[in-house]
Amino acid sequence: MKDDIILRVVAKLLMPFMLLFALYVQFHADFGPGGGFQAGVIGAAAIVFYALIFGLRAGQRLAPDWVVEKMLATGVLVYAGVGIAGLALGGNYLDYFVLGADPVSGQHRGIFWVEAGVLLTVAGVMLKLFYMFAGRGRGAGEE
Amino acid sequence: MAVAVVAMVLQRNLFSVVVLFAIYSFLMATVLVALDAVDVAMTEAAVGAGVSTVLLLGALHLTGGTEAKRLQRPLVPLVLSIAVGAVLAYGSLGLPAFSDPQAPIHTHVAPRYLKDGPQETGVPNIVSAVLASYRGYDTLGETIVVFTAGAGVIALLRRRRGRR
Repeated sequence: MKDDIILRVVAKLLMPFMLLFALYVQFHADFGPGGGFQAGVIGAAAIVFYALIFGLRAGQRLAPDWVVEKMLATGVLVYAGVGIAGLALGGNYLDYFVLGADPVSGQHRGIFWVEAGVLLTVAGVMLKLFYMFAGRGRGAGEE
Repeated sequence: MAVAVVAMVLQRNLFSVVVLFAIYSFLMATVLVALDAVDVAMTEAAVGAGVSTVLLLGALHLTGGTEAKRLQRPLVPLVLSIAVGAVLAYGSLGLPAFSDPQAPIHTHVAPRYLKDGPQETGVPNIVSAVLASYRGYDTLGETIVVFTAGAGVIALLRRRRGRR
């Protein structure tokens, strides 16, 4: 699909909006619908879309394979790390009240990092699955 | 949606099955929007219609486009799935009516979350507050499940490639 000019132009136009929407869903989750899961899949879908049109190689230049692999584990570690931070600051595991100056700002900070962890893991798994499936056809087919 | 499902079952060309599946997912997403579950709808549209369609197309690219001929009559599986569906439909008769405020799920902890959530967490969106704060352990578990599934698929596909 690399040679179709309409697809290329439309993809280039849409990409910033798709990524921006993913970030909006991520950081506006306090007030509107959304959160780490949704933002993760939207962001991953944007990159998959880009890779479909410009080729797997271009997609992997955008989100390199090793980064995606690290994202998988980093997300879980960030999430679990928030729990450990709560322990270290004298609360229970995954207690957010102790993370900030007052309980409510602690909650904000805890939720923010937890959502960031979810985002990393979900987007990483989605992209990694896509790369593995798309990469397998490489040996046999054209694409 | 029913049309899409019936067409999916009857269709032998797997490419059109994948496309019908994507259409079904989009219709499902609109149903979820109608049920006021916008975040689930977003996930359904992005995963069900977007990424999984791409993955299925990738799998088709590896396997080829037509369904294999059936080995036997599909009578027993048909009867079995109709029976299971009937049991599920019978079970749903015992559920409380849709959006009944007296349903058990609305009288247990939900009122407390709705009443105290905004003060305790400072987050106006109760879904986010419950997901990340009150049910933090569950969400941690979900994240680990996603991670484990991804790691499992990576392990399986990698080994294949090495053996070749």
